[in-house]
Amino acid sequence: MTRPGRTERKTRAPRPKHARTLSTMDKLTVVLMVVVPALIVTGLVWVPAISTVVLSFTDWNGIGNISDMNFIGGQNYVDVTSNYPPFGPAMEHNLIWLVVFFFGPTLLGIFLAVLLDREIRGSRIYQSIFFLPVVLSLALIGFVWQLIYSRDQGLLNAVFGGQTDWFGDPDINLWAVLVAAGWRHTGYIMLLYLAGLKAVDPALREAAAVDGATEVRTFFQVIWPVMRPVNIVVLVITVIESLRAFDIVWVINKGRNGLELISTLVTQNVIGEASRVGFGSALATIMIAISTVFIVIYLIQVMREQR
Amino acid sequence: MSPRTFGAGGVSAINVGRRTLLKGMLGAGALAGLSACGGGDGGGGGGEVTLGSNWSDEVPKKAIADMVKGFSGGGVKVNTIDHNSFQENINNYLQGGPDDVFGWFAGYRMQFFAEQGLIGDISDVWSDIGGGFSDAMKQQSTGADGKQYFVPLYYYPWAIFYRKSLWQEKGYTPPTTMDDLVALSTKMKTDGLNPIAFGDSDGWPAMGTFDYLNLRINGYDFHKELMAGEKPWNSNEVKAVFDAWREILPFHQPDALGRTWQEAAQSLLNKESGMYTIGMFAGQQFPEGPDRDDLDFFTFPEIDPAIGADVVEAPIDGFMMAARPRNEDGAKELLSYLGTAKAEDAYLKSDPNNIGAHDDADKTGYNALQQKGEQLVSGAKSISQFLDRDTRPDFASTVMIPSLQEFIRNPNDVDGLTKSIEDQKKSIFGG
Amino acid sequence: MTAAVQETPVRTPVRRPQRRRPARVVLTVFLTVMAVGWVFPVAWAFYNSLRDYDFTSTHGYFSFGGFTLDNYVDAWTRGNFGQTFYNSMVITVPSVVITLLLASSAAYVLARYTFKFNLALLALFTAANLLPQQALLVPLFRMFLNIEVPFWFSDSGSLYDTYYAVIAVNIAFQTGFCTFVLSNYMKTIPKEMTEAALVDGAGVFRQFWQVVLPLCRPALAALATLQITWVYNDFFWAVAFMRTGDKFPVTSSLQNLRGQFFTDYNLLSAGSVIVAIPTLVIFFLLQRHLRAGLTLGATKG
Repeated sequence: MTRPGRTERKTRAPRPKHARTLSTMDKLTVVLMVVVPALIVTGLVWVPAISTVVLSFTDWNGIGNISDMNFIGGQNYVDVTSNYPPFGPAMEHNLIWLVVFFFGPTLLGIFLAVLLDREIRGSRIYQSIFFLPVVLSLALIGFVWQLIYSRDQGLLNAVFGGQTDWFGDPDINLWAVLVAAGWRHTGYIMLLYLAGLKAVDPALREAAAVDGATEVRTFFQVIWPVMRPVNIVVLVITVIESLRAFDIVWVINKGRNGLELISTLVTQNVIGEASRVGFGSALATIMIAISTVFIVIYLIQVMREQR
Repeated sequence: MSPRTFGAGGVSAINVGRRTLLKGMLGAGALAGLSACGGGDGGGGGGEVTLGSNWSDEVPKKAIADMVKGFSGGGVKVNTIDHNSFQENINNYLQGGPDDVFGWFAGYRMQFFAEQGLIGDISDVWSDIGGGFSDAMKQQSTGADGKQYFVPLYYYPWAIFYRKSLWQEKGYTPPTTMDDLVALSTKMKTDGLNPIAFGDSDGWPAMGTFDYLNLRINGYDFHKELMAGEKPWNSNEVKAVFDAWREILPFHQPDALGRTWQEAAQSLLNKESGMYTIGMFAGQQFPEGPDRDDLDFFTFPEIDPAIGADVVEAPIDGFMMAARPRNEDGAKELLSYLGTAKAEDAYLKSDPNNIGAHDDADKTGYNALQQKGEQLVSGAKSISQFLDRDTRPDFASTVMIPSLQEFIRNPNDVDGLTKSIEDQKKSIFGG
Repeated sequence: MTAAVQETPVRTPVRRPQRRRPARVVLTVFLTVMAVGWVFPVAWAFYNSLRDYDFTSTHGYFSFGGFTLDNYVDAWTRGNFGQTFYNSMVITVPSVVITLLLASSAAYVLARYTFKFNLALLALFTAANLLPQQALLVPLFRMFLNIEVPFWFSDSGSLYDTYYAVIAVNIAFQTGFCTFVLSNYMKTIPKEMTEAALVDGAGVFRQFWQVVLPLCRPALAALATLQITWVYNDFFWAVAFMRTGDKFPVTSSLQNLRGQFFTDYNLLSAGSVIVAIPTLVIFFLLQRHLRAGLTLGATKG
């Protein structure tokens, strides 16, 4: 069903119209268009994901025969929650990450996109600059922030004469890292939102301008409703990025000492030799479970819209 | 056996039994991992041997190339994978059909793979090359089953490093006991120096300090048993280690958890710190020439006279053979060559940051630091590897690194800390 | 992409009258300050990539001097970039092209039709993004190792140690994300546009290919940029599913500039700058498509 935004709602046609007009050929096309990608995602994402859930009930170490694998019930989950000190902090950090990302870089990225959508001079240069952190390799990102945050040689301490241990003090380092991560996230959101804004029918804006609406009013009353699906994209991406947050933290200190995140704990347990695959899978399963909550919220939202 | 054997995996792959798809999938994978290793690059009979090398940065990469050049037994194809990635993906590498010969570490981390049947027995190679290695080296190359699985290439001792010029200027002398070390550190503090450089952002450098304190307080055998999971971590012995550490912790550079080892080494280089407990690779942080030549070290001081100070922590790197190499004869021939003094000399000529493991390695070309390191190790009663090489790596990385960092942050709750380590150890070793 | 009828090649800008000058100044100042703040950390790293490590090691990074181009020369010679750039291309191009094709067709169906299973499909695609890659590593490895293929297809007789495995995983992971994003973008497109095509009697595929896709150009450009960046900078899958160093992508060149213990960070950042250049060029190229392409008076509220 077409969903061009609220402005269209009143005039939209009865739902089953398209479905009824499909020819056999078209039906086949539609099925192929959706089934092929769905199969790929199922086979290479969901099947392994379900395997991971099953593995989380075993003590498997990732090596050797399947018959060596013992099902140990929920022991891994007991260990995760009661005998694994980094787990609690990791949950907390992921949550902080989500809140900060939403109120910080995500909103800033949207704001920048709205500003850059206007035909201002040098818009493309600004776009490039804000997008720059997204493009850079992790090796460089790590170095960039080491240069700034290092206690002994970092720019911050050199300029302000302090001795703050930005990366080492567990009370501070999460915030320091969030600045670095937000630096990347802002450009990412900006790009996606800008792409959405560019697709908005300029006629809408012209009409509003003719009506004498201010730019702010035009945005909130005309653009924002049309952009609703893109707003959802941005929101979901923020959730994804916060739950899966991994790489900057990994490159700084492998997610320890105040920078624990669920994803880094999973990695520490799964990667390398003699891995605790079962234990790591339990952590991953917990992550999947948390994600599910967000997915359900999102789907309920979509369902409500379709009704 | 044809080099292109199909794994048994094919059979069970179809077997999507009742026990979920996963079981079939993983089961088949496991079988394939164990039995299909032959299914790799063809050309088994060609005489070419593949060598998986994790010596990926400039200097060692060239050294390996020089070393391989001297092998007359046929072509060697070197497959270089960067050190870190190789280590993180070693499980996949070994189960996916590794190169015939590949680089790895001595100690527990080798023995673990031997137990899993992922690496090949090379005892017959050792009967050729064994004469050239000390008993300690042989011991570190031997699996739990008494067979040899490893050919040592070089080692790099850990010790306390310092700048000769600074110590001369200030009149410091290397301490031999813990009391001396404390006295010296106190003096350095009054001289406006930071006594002991320390950076533990990566988590592993602190293990060196822990190991040495443990080796000096409780001895080598206790270290081995503790690492093997046989001794409890909440024992008085281990607490004594942390207590001793707490006493010297104030002499260490503050805020160590945000500092990389390289930054800590820079404070030594810039004469802001007096000494540094680190491995011999520290020299790489010093500019070649007068600065690097100024570097010297002494062994970690004695704490208990009954235990002494003759255990040296000196991790060994070397080579192993695939469990089912495509070219077994060639692989063994190559390993026999890699275990000769000639091969080591070729390597060390290009990479002077390490010390040859072979007894007859040419010492005349060694720099002062290498010579001293060689003396230190050859005089040692035992050689330990390193915390993350002498114990299960998952225990080292998921329990010990966070715990040691926790200790550095808050050194006062040793009881709680050691209990937490012991609880986690049980859940890892217990299974 | 073929230009659709609805598109004007150059948009006549809808300039607001320039009456609010102070607002313009504030805007420019704000953006400039932000941009400087944004680019500064990278500039600082770039500055240090032009300096000798021994110099910065002795004098600290907050200093001046020790300038050299050697880091770039060394990084280039040591990194074996010629080979790895090629490998990266072999992985990135098919991954991104196939991902966008699959995702846009799935997104089109999800956005345009309300079938009963659409919600389930949406869940399938969207939720796939929330799974941590690391969690799927072990099962995926076992799968690839176990899928037997003829030897003319892969030297190893399995999908392990082939580009196919790496490309397939990249596609699978990114398709979910792109489908989700694109289906939402497609929902912002007024349905009158496709209905016009419907009246013409165009089939589903023609509607999709000739009407909807061109209208999604900004979103496709943005996604292509992101996808290229991600796949190109990925190292995780490549090293997990391949074991031959010569097949590794350009990120491995950077890894090779690190030592087992010691890393010359100035050299590494010079290498990183080299690695970043292709993605920046691609961004500049695709940026042209990030502009309004759609004019249609009919949807006026």
